[in-house]
Amino acid sequence: MTAVLEVTSIRKRFGGITAVDGVSFDVHEGEILGLIGPNGCGKSTLFNCILGQLTPSGGEVKVDGKVVTGFRPSDLNRLGVSRTFQLLQVFPKLSVRENLILAGQEHQGNMMSRLFGPSDAGLTDAADQMIGFFKLDHLASEAAGGLSYGQQKLLDAAMAFMGGPRLVLLDEPAGGVNLTMLADLKERLAAINREKRATFVVIEHNMEFVMSLCSRVMVMAEGRVLAVGKPDEVRANPAVIEAYLGH
Amino acid sequence: MTGAGKYWRVALGAIVIAGLIVVPANFNRYGLFILSQWAVMTIAAMGLNLTLGYAGQVSLAQGAFVGIGAYAAAIMTSQGMPLIAALGVAVVLCFSVGWILGYPALRVQHHYLAFVTLAFSTLAFLVFRNEDWLTKGIYGISNIPRPNIFGFATNRPLPFYYVCLGSLGIVSVMVWWLIRSPWGRAFLALRENPIRALSLGIDTRRYTLMAFAIGSALGGVAGALYAPLTQYVDPVPFNLSLSLDLLMMVIVGGAGFFFGPFLGAMIAVLLPEWLRFTEGYYLMLYAIAVILLLIYSPTGILGILDRSLAERRTKIASARRAVAASKLETAP
Repeated sequence: MTAVLEVTSIRKRFGGITAVDGVSFDVHEGEILGLIGPNGCGKSTLFNCILGQLTPSGGEVKVDGKVVTGFRPSDLNRLGVSRTFQLLQVFPKLSVRENLILAGQEHQGNMMSRLFGPSDAGLTDAADQMIGFFKLDHLASEAAGGLSYGQQKLLDAAMAFMGGPRLVLLDEPAGGVNLTMLADLKERLAAINREKRATFVVIEHNMEFVMSLCSRVMVMAEGRVLAVGKPDEVRANPAVIEAYLGH
Repeated sequence: MTGAGKYWRVALGAIVIAGLIVVPANFNRYGLFILSQWAVMTIAAMGLNLTLGYAGQVSLAQGAFVGIGAYAAAIMTSQGMPLIAALGVAVVLCFSVGWILGYPALRVQHHYLAFVTLAFSTLAFLVFRNEDWLTKGIYGISNIPRPNIFGFATNRPLPFYYVCLGSLGIVSVMVWWLIRSPWGRAFLALRENPIRALSLGIDTRRYTLMAFAIGSALGGVAGALYAPLTQYVDPVPFNLSLSLDLLMMVIVGGAGFFFGPFLGAMIAVLLPEWLRFTEGYYLMLYAIAVILLLIYSPTGILGILDRSLAERRTKIASARRAVAASKLETAP
């Protein structure tokens, strides 16, 4: 198995605080890696360092064997690395369909074809397929800002898949989503993982969601990796239990 | 938008365009000058609307670009070169300078960016005033000829008005195409949420520079028409107050709305004429009207229209949903 993502001793300091302290891990093709840990342990900072939103203070990130440390998020995205955000990041004034077209348009053609080509960059069908896949059909033409929180969360996830990414980093996809929709979301993610061989890294606090979706789980505490392994092994690990329940 | 609504809009558009062509044929010299000025200022405001309204980058330098375009046209056409060549030079020059002016926008935003562009505006004014060898300084360049188009002289006010109106038509189609293309969507993403835009592969750096460059180039187009319209160019019209006027046109009309600049320029250019009877009170009345507008609707006049349309759509949609829900309940 080849590693889609290789992270080697990533470090991020904010002044005197070391938010991420030498984290290393690999994610293999087709894998779903869960990333858990108490609040403030550096999960989101790690994501932002991998994705170029923050410049790491040290360490290296490789995607498909290519060093991408310090790449801009837009360049990484066009290499097939996509993400969702912890807080909602849809474009409220655009319709659901327009949001999805926007999410895919930079993966089509070049600057010139995007100026002189069709208005939808040839993506209306692809967007409608994605809308159907995430069961948002009846909302396709509605402004995204008018959707419920859970529906916007689904749209946010759908947007991450429009460019046909190889690797998707999801930051708390289940946060604030009701149970029915959560089951839907999990099933959709599992289906994309199966059918498209897309690789995921998922930050999540919902243990049930993580344990049933992920093939491996990595636990972080105070900026370091505490444990990595199969969901059952991690759950039984005494160090993990201590990190969560306190000393 | 329903089918009937679309027909109404097309019909309304056709009537307005026909009106703009037919009605001014009876206007006197002054009326035609004012209307030509409206067309020229609309082009400049459309450029600023692209930079500010769609891409969300504050610029207080649009007046300087009109000046660059006007001086390019004045200098070149008084040397006997055709206006179309001057227009090309004005567009390329303003595009390049606008691109460079976009670089600060990659680092600073909002009022900090406004200050950077304000500095540029002042710099451009000083060049117009002090570089006598090129611009003839405070004496200005006079006797700027009007162009011959396909052998037709446009010296008289009416033909030149049609030159301005035709240019406005061409620019409108180009801008309309641009904002409905994926570029327009990317500009909007840049304005609404640049971090998310980056994560979707949108090269925000390139689009920011493009928004500045294209907006500035349209300022240059307006300038290249302004010079033959007034037939005299000096530094005074291109000082900071023109940039502020253009900003006002965009905001009063409705920033980020396609027709905002048309409306904004109409108010800024025509209202002083209509309010002439109030004599010295015009500026005060204009100021009060703008303050009231911005309190009531910060998104400008078209913002009011947009809000009422959105309200109606929501009402219709929730009525439909209520009907669907009642059908669901009564279903066997």
